[in-house]
Amino acid sequence: MTSPASTDLAPPQLSAGPRPAQGPAADEGLARRLRALACTAPLHDLDARKANLAGEYTVYAMAEVALAAIDLITLNMDFDTGADHEQIVARLLPRVAAQAPTRPAAEHERVARWVLENLINVGSVDRGFRAVYGTFGPDGVYVRRDYDFKLIEEVPGYGGGVYLRTTDEAVNVLVGALDTDVTSAQIAAEVKLEVLINRGRLADAQLAAEQARYRTVQYAESLRKTLEATRRNVRAVDWLNAVPDMIAEALDHVADRYRHENAILTNIRKARDEAEAASDAKTAEHKRRAAELVDIVKDCIRRHTQLQSRLLDAGPLFRAEQDRQAFAAPTAYTGLDLYGQLVAPTLPLPVEQAARVTDAFFARGTGLRTPASVRLGDLVDLLLTPPVEREHLGAEMPEPDLIATPDDSRFSEEQLASALRLLDLEHDAPRRLSGLLADARRLDADLPYLVALLAVHAASPPVGTAYRQGEERLLFAVDDGTPLDDPEFGGADLIVGTALLDAAGMAADRSEAS
Amino acid sequence: MSETHAEYADAWGEQEPPQPPAASTTGAASAVTPADASDAARLVSFGLQPKLLPARDAEYGELLRRYREDPAFARLADAVATGLGLIVLEVSPRAGMAVTAGEDSVFAVRMGDYARRASADSADRFLHGLAHLAVAAMAFPRPEDLADDAYIGRLTVNGVDAFVRQACLRLEQRAEEQGENTDPASDAPGLEAAWRIYARRSATGATKDARRLAGSTTGIVGKAAAFLTESGFLQRTGDEGGGSYRTTARYQLQVRDMAGSAAMAELLELGVVPVSDGSATLLPPPEGDDLELAADAGLPFHA
Repeated sequence: MTSPASTDLAPPQLSAGPRPAQGPAADEGLARRLRALACTAPLHDLDARKANLAGEYTVYAMAEVALAAIDLITLNMDFDTGADHEQIVARLLPRVAAQAPTRPAAEHERVARWVLENLINVGSVDRGFRAVYGTFGPDGVYVRRDYDFKLIEEVPGYGGGVYLRTTDEAVNVLVGALDTDVTSAQIAAEVKLEVLINRGRLADAQLAAEQARYRTVQYAESLRKTLEATRRNVRAVDWLNAVPDMIAEALDHVADRYRHENAILTNIRKARDEAEAASDAKTAEHKRRAAELVDIVKDCIRRHTQLQSRLLDAGPLFRAEQDRQAFAAPTAYTGLDLYGQLVAPTLPLPVEQAARVTDAFFARGTGLRTPASVRLGDLVDLLLTPPVEREHLGAEMPEPDLIATPDDSRFSEEQLASALRLLDLEHDAPRRLSGLLADARRLDADLPYLVALLAVHAASPPVGTAYRQGEERLLFAVDDGTPLDDPEFGGADLIVGTALLDAAGMAADRSEAS
Repeated sequence: MSETHAEYADAWGEQEPPQPPAASTTGAASAVTPADASDAARLVSFGLQPKLLPARDAEYGELLRRYREDPAFARLADAVATGLGLIVLEVSPRAGMAVTAGEDSVFAVRMGDYARRASADSADRFLHGLAHLAVAAMAFPRPEDLADDAYIGRLTVNGVDAFVRQACLRLEQRAEEQGENTDPASDAPGLEAAWRIYARRSATGATKDARRLAGSTTGIVGKAAAFLTESGFLQRTGDEGGGSYRTTARYQLQVRDMAGSAAMAELLELGVVPVSDGSATLLPPPEGDDLELAADAGLPFHA
C-alpha cells in the first residue's frame, strides 16, 4: 500500500523540467504584444486574399464579416455545446447581403462560408494559425519562436455533432483588451456601465454592457473547464482546499454579479420607463437602447444562473465518485499509476523524448495482429459470391382492430362555434346575459344552455392560465345584482364582456420572474 | 528450444507451475505425440484470436483445462507460442490463452502500418502513441484498478480527449504562471513540449462525409479505441461520448505486464523518474506541486 510519507521519494518532475529562457522584461512585453498582434492577422489576411478568389469579391468587407462571425459564435456558445455552424452562416447572411445587395444569394452564402472556414483554417492539419516572432534570451541570443493559436475551434457536441467555439484569443481580440485579468476587467466594465447610465449616456452604456457579457462568457468558460476535470478524475483535483475554495469563490462571484446586474437592470428599466413618458426622437432612441441593454443584462443574469446550477452539482458528483473510488475493498498489491507515473511526466518532455515513451507503450500495448494471407481461390470465390439480400422492412404489421366510440357530447362542434361567435364581444361593449340568451334561442333551441354555461364559467375567468399562455383577450362575467328574467334559467343577469390583456407586458414580466 | 525458453522464461514463469528443467523435458518428450503438438498449436491459434472467449467455445475451454492440468502439455503449448514469436501473458478461463507479440514477431503491430502519416510526421507519431497511453490511463485511473483482476474500466473517446486536454491545459497554466515562453524555437521543432503538440491539434472538425476528422485528437483517440477493440482489448458498449468502451481481462494484462513497464523503462532511461528503493514504481506520483493533485485529498481512506 502507499503511504503519504513515501511520496516524497519521487521528486517533482513536472516543475523541474527544462525551462525555456526568460527574456528581459521589456522583451517579454514585446512578445506578448506581438502575439496579440498576430491574432488579428487572420482577419487582415482575409481582405488581402479576397482578390485571389475566383470572382469579383473585393466589394465584400471580409474582416467585418469575420468579426461579426466571432461575435455571433461568442454569444451563441453555451456551457455544453458551442454555436451551430449552419446557424452562424445563416445569421451572417444579412450582413453579407447588405454589403452587395445586387449579387445572388448563393454568392453571399459562399462568402459567409469562406470567411468561417478561413477563421477555422480548414486547410491546415491543426486547423489553427501560426505566427513567427523573435525574442532575446537572457544570454543575449536571438531566438525565433512559433506562436500557434486558433480563433474558432471545432468541438464535439451532443449526438456527435461538431460545434464552434471562439477561443480565448479570439475573445480577447474582439473585446480589445489584449492582456487583462478576467475578473477585474468584468468589474471594471460594469462600474463603467453604471457611471454611464447615471450620466444618461446610453450609447456608450450599451457598448460597455456588451463587453461585460463577453467577459461573462469567458469567465464561465474557464470555470466549465475546471468542473469538467473534477468529473473526470477525483484525484486530479484537490477536493480538500482548492475546489471547495474555487466553488465558494465562484458562488460568491455569481451572487455578487447577480445582485450587481439586478441593480443595473432596475436602473436601466427606470431609464427606459422615464424615456417612455417623453416622445421626441432623441428620447425614443434612448428608450430603444435601454430596452436592448435590458436584454443584454438579462442574458448575463441567465448565464450566471446556469453557472450557479453547475456549481451546485459539483458536490454530489464528487461524493458519488468518491463512493465508487475510495470505498471499494483494497487489493493486496498496487499497480502502476498510469496517469501519475506515465502520462503526467511524459507531457512536459520535449516531443522527441516523449515520443520514445509513447512508442514503447504503443509497441507493447497494441496486442497482436495476425497477418492476412490471401489465397487466389478464396479471393475469386469471394468476389463472385452475390451479396446476400437483406430484409429491410421486417415482419408485416397486423392490421389494428379499431372500434368507433360513440360521440356522446352534449353539444356539437357547430353549436360550440356559434356560441363562441356570440360571446366574441367587442372589448368596450359588454352585454347582459339575458340578451345573449335571447340571441342564442333564435339560432338554436339547445344553444342557450351552452351560452349560459360559458357565461357562468366566465364569472371566474382563468386569469392565471391566460397570463401564462400570454393570451390577448379574456372573457369575463360580473354579477351587478340584477336578477335574470328568463323562462329556462334563474339567477343573476350577468354582465358578460371581453377584457384586453397586455400580452407584451406579461411576457416581459414572465421572463423577468423566471 | 532451450535458448528461446531461457529468453522468455520470466515471461512464462508467473503462470506456470515450477518445472524441473531439461532433464524431464527429454523424459517427457517420448510421451509427446503429434496429436499433442497439434492440440498445443490449436490452443495457441485460439490465443491468436483475441476476441474469442473460452466460455463460448467448448474446444477452447477443454484445451485450457488441459493446459492447466497437464504440465507437459503446458510446456509444449508455451514452446509453440515462443517459437512463433509470442509471449504468453496468462492462461486462465477468464483471459483464455493470452498471448502477445514479441518485438520482432510477425504478429507485432508497427506504427507505420497503423497510421500512414505517423511514419513521416513525428508529431503524428507521438499523438498516436499518446492516444494509446491515454486510453489505458483513462481505463485504469488508479493503481488499484490496474492491480485488481476484477476491475472493468470504462471510457469514452471524448472523455479521453478531454482528460488529456485538461492535463495540457494545466501545464499551460503553470507555464504561464512561471512566465515561461513555451513557444518552440522555429529551427528546433523537436524541442517543443509534448503537451503543446496535443493542445494545438484541434479536437474535432467537420468533414464532408460526416465522419470523424482523422487528424483531429478525437479522431486519433477513436482510432486507438477501435484498434484496441479489434485486438480484443476493449468492447464497444455504446455511442455516447464519441463511442464508449469497457476493458477486457486481456487489456489489463497487456497494460500491466507489458506496455506499462516498457514505457516506464523508457522514461527511466530518459532520467525522468528516479530509481528509489525498488518499490518506487508502485507509489503514486508526487502530488501537490504539479497538477494541483493534492496527496490523499480525494482519497482520505487511501493509506
